[in-house]
Amino acid sequence: MIAELGQFTLILALLLALVQTTLPLVGSFRGRADWMAVARPAAFAQTGFIALSFALLTFAFVVQDFSLAYVAQHSNLALPWHYRFSAVWSAHEGSLLMWVLVLGAWTSAVALTSGRLPQPFIARVLAVLGLVSVGFIAFTLFTSNPFLRHLPALADGNDLNPLLQDFGLIVHPPLLYMGYVGLAVPFAFAVAALIEGRVDAQWVRWSRPWTLVAWSFLTIGIALGSWWAYYELGWGGWWFWDPVENASFMPWLIGTALIHSQAVTDKRGSFRAWTLLLAIFAFSLSLLGTFLVRSGVLTSVHAFASDPTRGLYILVFLTLVSGGALTLYALRAPKLSGDNEAPFGIVSRESLLLSNNLLLAAACALVLIGTLFPLLADSFGWGKFSVGPAYFGPYFFGVMAPLVLLLPFGPLARWQEANPAALLRTLRWFALAAIASGALAWLVWREDIGWKGALGVTGGLWLALGVVAAWRARVAPGSAREAQMQGSVVASAGSRLGSGFVGMLIAHAGMAMFVAGVLLTESTSVEKDVRLAPGESLTIRGLDFRFVGMSQVEGPNYRADRGYFEVYRGERRVAVLQPEKRLHPVGNQVMTEAAIDAGFTRDLYVALGEPLRTAEGADAGAAQAWSVRIYHKPFMRWVWLGALLMMLGGFAAATDRRYRRARAPAADQRFGADAATVGAAA
Amino acid sequence: MKVLRYLFPLFVFAGLAALLYSGLGKDPSIVPSPLIGKPVPDFDLPELRDASRRVRAAQLRGKPYLVNVWGSWCVTCRVEHPLLMRFAAQQRLPIIGLNWKDEPDEARRWLKQFGDPYTHIPQDLEGRVAIDFGVYKAPESFLVGADGTVLFKQVGPLTEEILEEQVMPLLGERK
Repeated sequence: MIAELGQFTLILALLLALVQTTLPLVGSFRGRADWMAVARPAAFAQTGFIALSFALLTFAFVVQDFSLAYVAQHSNLALPWHYRFSAVWSAHEGSLLMWVLVLGAWTSAVALTSGRLPQPFIARVLAVLGLVSVGFIAFTLFTSNPFLRHLPALADGNDLNPLLQDFGLIVHPPLLYMGYVGLAVPFAFAVAALIEGRVDAQWVRWSRPWTLVAWSFLTIGIALGSWWAYYELGWGGWWFWDPVENASFMPWLIGTALIHSQAVTDKRGSFRAWTLLLAIFAFSLSLLGTFLVRSGVLTSVHAFASDPTRGLYILVFLTLVSGGALTLYALRAPKLSGDNEAPFGIVSRESLLLSNNLLLAAACALVLIGTLFPLLADSFGWGKFSVGPAYFGPYFFGVMAPLVLLLPFGPLARWQEANPAALLRTLRWFALAAIASGALAWLVWREDIGWKGALGVTGGLWLALGVVAAWRARVAPGSAREAQMQGSVVASAGSRLGSGFVGMLIAHAGMAMFVAGVLLTESTSVEKDVRLAPGESLTIRGLDFRFVGMSQVEGPNYRADRGYFEVYRGERRVAVLQPEKRLHPVGNQVMTEAAIDAGFTRDLYVALGEPLRTAEGADAGAAQAWSVRIYHKPFMRWVWLGALLMMLGGFAAATDRRYRRARAPAADQRFGADAATVGAAA
Repeated sequence: MKVLRYLFPLFVFAGLAALLYSGLGKDPSIVPSPLIGKPVPDFDLPELRDASRRVRAAQLRGKPYLVNVWGSWCVTCRVEHPLLMRFAAQQRLPIIGLNWKDEPDEARRWLKQFGDPYTHIPQDLEGRVAIDFGVYKAPESFLVGADGTVLFKQVGPLTEEILEEQVMPLLGERK
């Protein structure tokens, strides 16, 4: 009954989404206010029914209704209760339902907060979001229904993949989806603007906070995925350039470009067409990611069960949505940008943000080509390829290096025309300090850090000092006058430190931390695979890893061999690490639980490999040796802390008051007037 | 010209969609074995059922045979097993069961329980020979021709169709 009800509510949601798509859109063309007014209630009702459907599926997991095939496949009587919730989204069908639910949440949030927006505009935005919803609910119902019965009911289920029985699975997918799916909102705003043939300052100001919030969720979602892979997969790596990781990284790169391009459109009225295009691409890449993960065209460590039918469905949908939006773009964009955009000099805030956009787009293209190359090679019969870090690493570094180099100039440079000599003057001591620190680090710890680590010090410090410089230019006494003389920013009136500016500083500080963390941890990590028997020890960088012994542990649904390691520096005990090797009897799967002592400047990481066969005839009671993997990873945390700061920065920026202001200031009105003419021409 | 500039993203997207379409339905996990067309890796291993005897690659030469990599710990092997029993009963091709990283006692018990389709069972306790064969999961099967070259490799369980439509025709052509 529960299952049938869940399916029924999902069908109702589909019908409501259809209404939400068609009626307001048609109404917006015919000027029917009553038809357009349907959009909001339809959106709320649709979301309500999806939420109900999701709740019913969750209920089936909690009460362990094994007559549902999906529940039987991904749960088990012994599964602890908290994993029964996350098991809902642990596989294809349920995660799609969550996709739809998250989209519903975004749609409702837009409907709820859009009271000030013109009715035809918001009707179109909600119609576009409704269309996306129709596509995904239909996809769920017709190809991936989680409510299918398996009769007679099974006595017990197959169990949730032990890899996914983890805190990471509880938080990572929902946050990642918030980001992924959230990009649908700027997309819908862009499509609505294209339909209307009008992009003005108000439009950017409406869509900016949505983009920032979605981007922030995407940032933290990706970071959590990386963190999860690091401690759960037992490999000690944090990024593998796996197709599924790339699938989430590409929308992030374009999303990052988008929030910067929106800043230009907002403040200067330039880059209008480009901003629209990026909004379309960001969401298209989200859809592409969904396709790559669920169609089975690429192999990946965490692809869902491959199914060409599903792949075809998403591909058709992707073609309709993205192809449709791009066609609209080709028709309308030429009239939206061009002659009335403010010109800017070779050195200016605009040109720096343009280079930011081009570099991020290039980075995305690199990742896209690398990800799809195996497919391309297969299609053209060049053979089977797999593309790994050897490709991504160096190229990505090549694209990111100029980005890091230019970043501190961006917030300092003046719109339209900046004075390069003044910019260099402002930053020269900072630049010198960053280079000197890197050189010093290289001289002192050459063996340990190499050129990569030295670059990490320089790059991280350069970015951090850039943040200081940007902050000083705004706040320090006399800086306003000085800045004006140099041609820096002080243009924005009102509160001098708007949360948009503060958010930008925080996010850039996060970038500094990330760059330093990545390069330092990549260059300085020590990784040892050794054979250790209880009583033996291994010394890395003055840290003594002592293997004390093994014990047997009973978990709720597994048995584990638990190792006990003590780490000493001299006579002082620094950490106790207890890695486990777990056997999940249902499905007979072995899991490696690494033990990690996380610190601000270093991680200690121990994972158990295999028990090593003792020599034939040896006494069974003798100490059993294990293959053990021991890592010392300096600055590992900085990678995720950096991402965390970026997320905080994004959220902070989204709260800026200017996005909530009812009227645009005079300067923007002028731009608004330009846009109005364009609108009329269109 | 200006219009073309705005059409460009659409063209790029169309190309991408076509590429993705071409990829549907292909199985990216099929990896051709570098072993095909090469001589079968040499091995000299104890026979599972009689540890005093040895099984050598050289002694098998002269007739085509099928190498099936299995282990008593391997669940999929159990799924594949009835097919091997039927196929062995037809006596069309000797089946060599490379017993991979297994406990000999367990393996013998397994054969007693499910039946023994193998003409020879070299036991590869440490998995050295399996590495030469490029095995990365069980079951895997290799068809070796009379001249000792590897003609075919199957990753995962064999099926009736694979045996009849892919394996046996290869021998037909060789005769």
